[in-house]
Amino acid sequence: MIDVLNALVAFLNFVVVPATAYGSQLALGALGVTLIYGILRFSNFAHGDTMAFGTMATILFTWAFQGMGISLGPLPTALLALPFGIAVTGLLLIGTDRLVYRFYRQQKAVPVIFVIASLGVMFVMNALVRFIIGPDDQRFADGERFIISAREFRTLTGLDEGLAIRTTQGLTVVTAVIVVALLFWFLNKTRTGKSMRAFSDNEDLALLSGINPERVVMVTWLLVAALATVAGTLYGLDKSFKPFTYFQLLLPIFAAAIVGGLGSPLGAIAGGFVIAFSEVTVTYAFKKVLGYLLPEALEPDGLVQLLSTDYKFAVSFAILIIVLLFKPTGLFKGKSV
Amino acid sequence: MTINLRNLGLFGLVALLIVATGVLQSWNVALTILNYGLISAVMALGVNMQWGYAGLFNVGIMGFVALGGLATVIVAMPPVGEAWSAGGLRVIMALGWGVIVLAAAILLYQRLPRGATRSAAMIAVLLGGFFSFRALLDPAVAAIESVNPAATGYLGGLGLPVLLAWPVGGLLAAGAAWIVGKTALGLRSDYLAIATLGIAEIAIAVMKNEDWLSRGVKNVVAIPRPVPYEIDLQNDPDFVARMTGWGFDPVTASSVVVKLCYAGLFAVVLLVLLWLLESALKSPWGRMMRAIRDNETAAEAMGKDVKRRHLQIFVMGSAICGIAGAMLVTMESQLVPSSYQPLRFTFLIWVMVIVGGSGNNWGAILGGFLVWFLWIQVEPMGQQLVLWITSGMADGSALKDHLIDSAAHMRLLTMGIVLLLVLRFSPRGLIPEK
Repeated sequence: MIDVLNALVAFLNFVVVPATAYGSQLALGALGVTLIYGILRFSNFAHGDTMAFGTMATILFTWAFQGMGISLGPLPTALLALPFGIAVTGLLLIGTDRLVYRFYRQQKAVPVIFVIASLGVMFVMNALVRFIIGPDDQRFADGERFIISAREFRTLTGLDEGLAIRTTQGLTVVTAVIVVALLFWFLNKTRTGKSMRAFSDNEDLALLSGINPERVVMVTWLLVAALATVAGTLYGLDKSFKPFTYFQLLLPIFAAAIVGGLGSPLGAIAGGFVIAFSEVTVTYAFKKVLGYLLPEALEPDGLVQLLSTDYKFAVSFAILIIVLLFKPTGLFKGKSV
Repeated sequence: MTINLRNLGLFGLVALLIVATGVLQSWNVALTILNYGLISAVMALGVNMQWGYAGLFNVGIMGFVALGGLATVIVAMPPVGEAWSAGGLRVIMALGWGVIVLAAAILLYQRLPRGATRSAAMIAVLLGGFFSFRALLDPAVAAIESVNPAATGYLGGLGLPVLLAWPVGGLLAAGAAWIVGKTALGLRSDYLAIATLGIAEIAIAVMKNEDWLSRGVKNVVAIPRPVPYEIDLQNDPDFVARMTGWGFDPVTASSVVVKLCYAGLFAVVLLVLLWLLESALKSPWGRMMRAIRDNETAAEAMGKDVKRRHLQIFVMGSAICGIAGAMLVTMESQLVPSSYQPLRFTFLIWVMVIVGGSGNNWGAILGGFLVWFLWIQVEPMGQQLVLWITSGMADGSALKDHLIDSAAHMRLLTMGIVLLLVLRFSPRGLIPEK
């Protein structure tokens, strides 16, 4: 019995907790991608770098606050810096829209032209981030490290296995829930949100009923800025900030958005968790868990790791391919243009 | 291409830039730029084929280029006999078993009626197949990788002439492209883009982690070359006598000669491909491709199999990228999996195609050379610019140091801005499609 509990705790500690945090981060990222897809109708390849930019802005404000001696006690100072980071990122995104995307919108260019333009934006944002903060790792987490540490858990329960929940992991989930709740409230209850959904469903009809497209687009970019900055900062707090990793997040994020159904916010959240849980489960070495569960004679010799951690992209990719083959519109019926 | 003054002038400008580099910096630098320019031009031709002829959006160029590079190792490196006897056959058997499992799963999917039974059977076959595959593969891999890991620890190649790797690289890339194309083509255009992004990351991950195949991050060095070695030339009394007779320093001359040999080989490949592509574009096949690109519905109504044509052109374009990748590794005579960066190998090629003129092969070639030149030369120029800007600042100030440190990132910014400007103000590129 104790063995089963130990196995369960080990599984929670190494799979469920990290995957939930990672899934929340992916879900927030995928929400941004899906919003742009729903309203502006293109896949934004600059999204990873937008996240990097937003995180960088937040880090700079965090450092400034830390320098001034302002802190949130047990919580990371970055939370306080988040609104400022979002504001800066929002300005950047609206600026990019004015300079780059608006022209193609007026031209009624085909989606793939927008995608290529987003490649250019990606280069520029990437360079900006490297110019300002450099290409190296930055750590900016402070405050309490654990909500519950492995040792505390062990003395509390008397089990052999410990369950550690880092503050950043707990914070990630709580923040993600709040942000998603706010987003859904905004999309479903407010006038602007309703006009956005109308615009996404049927552009011509929305224009006929007097919705101002430029306003919808602007609000979208602001929402995207908020989502990307929050997602990026949470990821940076949880792991660490390195511009190149953010570029690589593009693949799991896109996979999450497609698995859920492009253009569907609910789908983006589901997709984020599907991707995160598969990635962590497939790359986790199950030796420990199985060691508790199986009788000694059957205990595995190897690590019982399905794939090495370096193949996590393969997991996103495989799920993506499966969805494309069997259900191209995703779990929650997304759009197809 | 119509031979008009403008196009001639553009190519003349590129030639002038390279010659100027030769005169002002050194001929070695100029020839290096030329060689990389030739390779970039081949890659740009491949992408232009996909994008310009058919409107397919491929952001996995890096993966196809890397597969071409892997082909060089597989073809040209001498085989490691000890590793082969340790586990070579077992690895091949394991891979064969993997293929059989996949084929069985596909067969089940096609034969069984839709329903829970089919899903359960497929999952059972795939799971059982995966674990048995790993059980076969893992010990063989461990055996191979324990053979003198510092020097080999991999199977080596076939020990064939390295030039053979170029077509093989094309085939390898074509195979990967076929798998991606088969699943993602026919769906929305962005899906292909994202699927290619994925296959590229996976190709790199395989090369970094499968040490038995490519030595992973330990890199494969000293791949045999199709041209003479500098040191042999320098030790060759005839060569030294001739070069001193012509008034050249033999050491510099030897590396220039080697680079010229490469340039000759690459130029042959580029010209052959260009000739093939131009003839294809003028043929009925080329007209059909453009018709499909311009109006898929109409072409389909005329009885053209759009999906099949797209798959065909996607595979061919990727094969060209694979050839370029093999050429690149041949020239560098080493395979460094960690050097494959998407910005350099995917998005830079896109800048080349867009800047040069999508749909026009001459444009793609021009873009390849011009953008490569910028990519190399913007960094020193950026450094100069930053030094000039910061010359008024106090020495040792934090801002000055920071600016000088970040000058290296200037090239990303330049590429992004060039891409955005061309796309906005001259969307058809420098040499537009007729």
